[in-house]
Amino acid sequence: MATVKLDSLKKSFGKTEVIHGVDIDIKDGEFIVIVGPSGCGKSTLLRMVAGLETVTSGTVQIDGAVVNDREPMDRDIAMVFQNYALYPHMSVFDNMAYGLKIAGTPKAEIAERVDTAAKLLQLESYLKRRPRELSGGQRQRVAMGRAIVRKPSVFLFDEPLSNLDAKLRVQMRLEIKQLQRRLGVTSLYVTHDQVEAMTLADRMIVMNAGVADQIGAPLEVYANPATEFVAGFIGSPPTNFVNADLAGIGNPDAVKLGVRPEHLNVMPSGSGRLAAKVMYTEALGAETLTHLELADGTMVTARQSATEAGAAEGTEVGLDWQDGDEMLFDRNGKRC
Amino acid sequence: MADHSGMVEKRGFGLWMTHLGLIIGLLFVFFPIWLALVASTVTQADIMDPPMPLLPGDHFFENYRKALVSGINAPVAWMMVNSMIMALGIAFGKIVISLLSAFAIVYFRFPGRRTFFWLIFLTLMLPVEVRIVPTYEVVAGFGMLNSYSGLIFPLIASATATFLFRQFFMTVPDELAEAARVDGASPMQFFRDILLPMSRTNIAALFVILFIYGWNQYLWPLLITTDPSMNTIVMGIKQMFPSGDDFADWPVIMATSILAMIPPVIVVVGMQRLFIRGLVDSEK
Repeated sequence: MATVKLDSLKKSFGKTEVIHGVDIDIKDGEFIVIVGPSGCGKSTLLRMVAGLETVTSGTVQIDGAVVNDREPMDRDIAMVFQNYALYPHMSVFDNMAYGLKIAGTPKAEIAERVDTAAKLLQLESYLKRRPRELSGGQRQRVAMGRAIVRKPSVFLFDEPLSNLDAKLRVQMRLEIKQLQRRLGVTSLYVTHDQVEAMTLADRMIVMNAGVADQIGAPLEVYANPATEFVAGFIGSPPTNFVNADLAGIGNPDAVKLGVRPEHLNVMPSGSGRLAAKVMYTEALGAETLTHLELADGTMVTARQSATEAGAAEGTEVGLDWQDGDEMLFDRNGKRC
Repeated sequence: MADHSGMVEKRGFGLWMTHLGLIIGLLFVFFPIWLALVASTVTQADIMDPPMPLLPGDHFFENYRKALVSGINAPVAWMMVNSMIMALGIAFGKIVISLLSAFAIVYFRFPGRRTFFWLIFLTLMLPVEVRIVPTYEVVAGFGMLNSYSGLIFPLIASATATFLFRQFFMTVPDELAEAARVDGASPMQFFRDILLPMSRTNIAALFVILFIYGWNQYLWPLLITTDPSMNTIVMGIKQMFPSGDDFADWPVIMATSILAMIPPVIVVVGMQRLFIRGLVDSEK
């Protein structure tokens, strides 16, 4: 069990700086999810914690010790890779045992630890198989087993679920969460999927172009995004952005107004704050998404409960929202 | 699949023609070998007396014993041992060196990495025959004439094998090396425990090719072995040919030829399955 602390961590490849200084204090046992679009530097950040990338400046501390110059094995971490990175010629047992064998762990203890991990992950009957004889979900479990048997103080996950199909992903997501709760190991988890981030994280780091735009509990980030990017990235469908002038916002700094789809009310034409035209609707069963076009051509989406009567496509309607649901952003995309 | 023979016509006339073509081709290739086999079982007089017999005679054991035990310059059994040492030395040496150099080129960042790769690649253009005079000079300078090390070392570096392993290593996902690093494996442990087992079919395929390459070396052994006890079998056959007015002992020469063919055939047949898998299989 350990804390992890990143202190103005920066990374450059040649002259290009890809991470512009990230700070975070991770508490013991905390589940941190790093989320962001591809190319935002989230994997690089994780790999710097793992020791697979060198740190350009700043420090990585694990349990209070600066580990910048330590080899991955000396950092007391375990990592789960996106493509599992199982050794193809070794059995499941050997895959999980390899790290322990290298560390010189006694054979009996290796067998015991691997068996415990296999039981935990329901892999007992597959221990003799090769990775290619396993399904995607089982391979994923083996990769996690390999991490567990080493009893590390920090788990690092690099998009571990992105190679699985949608249904399995939901199931494995729950398993990872349960496992982490049970073992209580500090975890860093990288994903581009904001649903994974919302459901798994104790706190999440939203990365944008090498900068941690916001760090906070998922619901807090959702309710109170610090930047226009976070507002647009977290939540599906994304936040609607309306030109502040069109919406008649008094604040002179505000350039854009953000309103979440579920906070938009579709009203009869002539009422509400904005006039809009219904372009098309998507009835998803429990809810209906209405896509509307504003006077200046901006598209917005309103999310309504399926029990509400939806407006017909092509009709003119009004849009309304509560003052408390307004999120105002200045020209730099920051909240104001 | 209502019509099983629909995809490829496998019945009737076409089938016979295919077989006929293959059999004729086979006979064509096999005939000289058959002649050599026949010639190794008859007496010198039978060969000299036209037409040459086309069926084996009854001097098989006599001729082969003579070849193996006494030969003409040196016993063939001894020449086979020399050839075996040379071929195995070249095959193993080439594999070990090219594995290690490919490992270095693919997995390590060191100054001049690209330069080294291209230098190795460049030597592909310089086969033994081209650099034979300077190589001879060097080997003679080291006093390695008439020795196994002289036979093996100049032929042991292989750009082709290095290139082949480099290409294979580059298909191994980077995450595997990283996972091994996280598991605490040192570079050489990663090489031994992960890369080596993963390349075993490539190694087998290469072994077959290199063994035959080593076994069939002619010019180099001819040049540096003057002592008959260091002769290899392939050059030994040529040495058996008479110079001037001597007459050739054809049955013994032919027996030697047949004997020279046996080890490569054993290697190819024995490793056929691995060999083909190494060349065509991508799933290791």
